[in-house]
Amino acid sequence: MRVTVRLFARLRDITGAAELLREVGPDATIRTVWTQLVNEFPDLGRYERSISSAVNADYARMDDQVRDGDEIAFLPPVSGG
Amino acid sequence: MVPLLSIGVAPLSLETLVTLVADRGHDTGSDGAVATFLGLVRNHNAGRRVQYLEYEAFEPLALRAFELISEEVTRHWPGVRLALHHRIGRIDIGDASVAIAASSPHRAEAFSACRYAIERVKQIAPIWKREFFEGGDVWIEGATADPDDARARAEAERVACV
Repeated sequence: MRVTVRLFARLRDITGAAELLREVGPDATIRTVWTQLVNEFPDLGRYERSISSAVNADYARMDDQVRDGDEIAFLPPVSGG
Repeated sequence: MVPLLSIGVAPLSLETLVTLVADRGHDTGSDGAVATFLGLVRNHNAGRRVQYLEYEAFEPLALRAFELISEEVTRHWPGVRLALHHRIGRIDIGDASVAIAASSPHRAEAFSACRYAIERVKQIAPIWKREFFEGGDVWIEGATADPDDARARAEAERVACV
């Protein structure tokens, strides 16, 4: 399966990209995609416990299954207001 | 027509929000109060002299967050109407980054709903500020964005209802 990964704020600074295309296995969850990214960009590891996510522009859980073509957004801790 | 919930680069106007939420019609005007909140960019933070902020958002999800917050407000305070506008991009010292207005037949609900809404924005909206200060810049990171976190929601309710 192929997914689009969206990255914001400091995550984008770490990876150097706002958007990445990645291949994942058939049973992948959002956490699988995240772990793959951390392997690729070890500096993301510090967000292990504070990261949250969205799929196709709605809030998601890290254990949710991924579907082919999904747009997965990883959200570092927020600071709006 | 200006929407009740929005995010964008345009400067914010509280008067616009007040007009959006307040029903002042002679026959329909049941509102007795509008409470408002305006969040400003200040010139200092954590001992640093701030020069300006840059806000970034995942806009479609931020609008989704505002919808969720508005639904929570309506569930908690059924007579309240909420408007919430957040600005993104570069914002200078003294300018507004967020504006909220809540109308209600009575003031208590309007104050509570307004306070609750800003607490929830800070907890769950996918918006990030980058602080540019004398000598550098830093991403500000606050809460893990999880709208289903019951403890965070309870904390926002607690703060709003004192």
